[in-house]
Amino acid sequence: MSIDIAQFHQVFFEESFEGLEVMESGLLDLEVGQPDAEAINSIFRAAHSIKGGSGTFGFTAIGEFTHLLETLLDEMRNGTREVTREAVDVLLLAVDSLREMLSAARDGADFDAEAVAAVHAKLEQQLAAGSAVPVTPAVEATTASASASASASGAAGGEWTIAFAPHPNLFATGNDPVRILRELRALGDSRVQADLSGLPPYAEFDPEACYVRWTITLDGTVEESAIREVFEWVEDDADIHLERASAAGAEVPGSACNDAVDEAVAAPALTVAPPPVERRGGEDRRSGERRAGAAGGSTSSIRVDIGKVDSLINLVGELVITQSMLGQLDDPEHVDFDKLREGLAQLERNTRELQESVMRIRMLPISFSFNRFPRLVRDLSSKLGKEVELKIVGEQTELDKTVLEKIADPLVHLVRNALDHGIEQPDRRAAAGKPRHGTLTLAARHEGGNIVIEISDDGAGLDCDRLLAKARERGLVGADEHLPEDRNHELIFHPGFSTAKEISDVSGRGVGMDVVKRNIKELGGVIDIQSKFGAGSTIRIRLPLTLAILDGQLVRVGDQTYIVPLVSIIESLQVDPSRIKSVVGAAELYRLRGEYIPIVRLYKLFGIEPESSSLEDGLLVVIEGEGQRAGIFIDELLGQQQVVIKSLETNYRKVDGISGATILGDGTVAMIMDAGGLIALNRQAHKPANPSDNVKAA
Amino acid sequence: MANVLAVDDSASMRQMVSFTLKGAGYDVTEAVDGQDALDKARAGKVDVVLTDVNMPNMDGIELIRQLRGLPQYKFTPMLLLTTESGTDKKAEGKAAGATGWLVKPFNPDQLLATLAKVLG
Repeated sequence: MSIDIAQFHQVFFEESFEGLEVMESGLLDLEVGQPDAEAINSIFRAAHSIKGGSGTFGFTAIGEFTHLLETLLDEMRNGTREVTREAVDVLLLAVDSLREMLSAARDGADFDAEAVAAVHAKLEQQLAAGSAVPVTPAVEATTASASASASASGAAGGEWTIAFAPHPNLFATGNDPVRILRELRALGDSRVQADLSGLPPYAEFDPEACYVRWTITLDGTVEESAIREVFEWVEDDADIHLERASAAGAEVPGSACNDAVDEAVAAPALTVAPPPVERRGGEDRRSGERRAGAAGGSTSSIRVDIGKVDSLINLVGELVITQSMLGQLDDPEHVDFDKLREGLAQLERNTRELQESVMRIRMLPISFSFNRFPRLVRDLSSKLGKEVELKIVGEQTELDKTVLEKIADPLVHLVRNALDHGIEQPDRRAAAGKPRHGTLTLAARHEGGNIVIEISDDGAGLDCDRLLAKARERGLVGADEHLPEDRNHELIFHPGFSTAKEISDVSGRGVGMDVVKRNIKELGGVIDIQSKFGAGSTIRIRLPLTLAILDGQLVRVGDQTYIVPLVSIIESLQVDPSRIKSVVGAAELYRLRGEYIPIVRLYKLFGIEPESSSLEDGLLVVIEGEGQRAGIFIDELLGQQQVVIKSLETNYRKVDGISGATILGDGTVAMIMDAGGLIALNRQAHKPANPSDNVKAA
Repeated sequence: MANVLAVDDSASMRQMVSFTLKGAGYDVTEAVDGQDALDKARAGKVDVVLTDVNMPNMDGIELIRQLRGLPQYKFTPMLLLTTESGTDKKAEGKAAGATGWLVKPFNPDQLLATLAKVLG
């Protein structure tokens, strides 16, 4: 039977990457000097599984590399090696190398052999240093002794005579002498003689003990190692003696005793070579920074908890029941409306539950993303000379796999920023009366239909004065303009804005925050920052749980229905005419709690006929997008509902101010508004100055 | 056909072993660690045990020790799937009552040959 081993590769890679996560987080938590035995054990087990799997599935290089790691860990586990910080560092490097090797094997690419070799050397160095237990090159030793004994027994000679005397307890390990006799017979012609002299009197006979001995004569052309292999499992449970008659017929004393044989018998099994590692040509692979993508990787498969699948099957079962129940009402003569209503209500419930259930399949805990941070924080804080404690809260919070993958890079950026610019040097912290070590908290939780991720530090916080000065210098804020504090903080999301006095290689030059914000926005999320100078900052990201469905507010303008994402809506209000202000040659503005926001007349932008063009007759929906607010003038607020997002770009083309479309219950298509885009569109529309027609200025 | 209890904490190894054995006509009961295996072996009789050594909750050696203590598994063949090249684990396994071992890495054919050996 031939089995294609490659079909198991995917699972092997997945579990290996998971194993690496376990190793990494285990190593990071390992207390130098007095490590927790179970912690080392679980790291060891992960390495051990990767080694076993890579051998089995044909990734020899990975297996060999992991072997070094495993040896080191095994010695730590046995207590023959001390757990030092250096050793942990090397092990962490080795985990990185393994990740790269595994990614390369998965993608059919080459890994950076030089970098791996360097880590390999470091591992060997660790192994050589400070260990009581030398690493024995076991394989060479055994092959050597095997070939030695083979040559000793020399060229084919006379027949083998094998004396096989099992100990009474042979059966206790599930071994069966008949199996051994059968295997010997499979090797060559054999004659078997049983010696029953050991049988006790009937009264003393123990049916679970072995009393018989055998003498087997076997074909002389059979290799000694092959015979030894047959007895491999029972060496300690039997007396085994091998003798071979010389070619001339004279007896040559056998080399029989068990201890000399130990290694020789192990050799055949050990030298089974796995198929060579598959490698395709390719350019030199980028190393280092690659690790970010490794955990999630490019795998398009998803591992789903069996419970989720079961609940899905249950729901489909219920759906089928509902359907057959409705089917029974198919009698035009007597329509039972009560039953019909009941059935439809049930159908609605089924559909909703099914939808939630299907969505849950794509959900993964955010720990997949958070797991990388202990390492990142450890490496970065030591590089920056800072002391940082990382706290992770709510890592089991689930969100859509796509959102999870896309949020990864922005999170890394924000954490780096917090470490680099937020948390101060220990001395400065001490001088400010704070503990020397800073605390960085990553928290995730569900809030409504959203996931909220917070990155907080107890560092320096944002310096409003400096922010404002910088913004004025860049012309972002007028010389005598004053911003409320929260708006002030949001300046850091402006493109090209950075207050770091020096450019650092850790978090860059302020090209980041606007990119982070854009990424979050692309995911349909919002980001804001709260900061207190001297006390720290909290960045809060609010994201939809999934990209496929959105919570929307249906609004009506004329006979058109639009959908405003709930996440963009600040509030809805009735227009107070005294608060309207129209600026000559510019847009109309509305005064909302001391701030003027532009009024967006949708019917003008989209060229439709409104019910009324008078602001008092309609409503103003205050939206926020890209840090700006505006009031959208609409005729009526309809209901709120979840809508399935359909891309306009794939079905039509990109339209400014619109992020997508959806199909409503009555079959009509409704456009989903893009708050930021709409505000920008409105600004553009008023640039050439075309003051509105029927504004009543306050 | 014989029922094989395949115990490994690694999903890929479990899949490989299980797929190979099922393809050859064996019935396979999978377990993810020693404790799981012990529970499953108690619940129904298996004819052969194939177990990994290093596993969380209960390792393969302890599993064999426990199983051997049960009357229905006194003489059942139990094999360790081990990567240990040293003799330590094998000796430890033997002392616990293991019938024998299969050294990792092994390929599907070796696995089937070994199983055929113990089942006769």
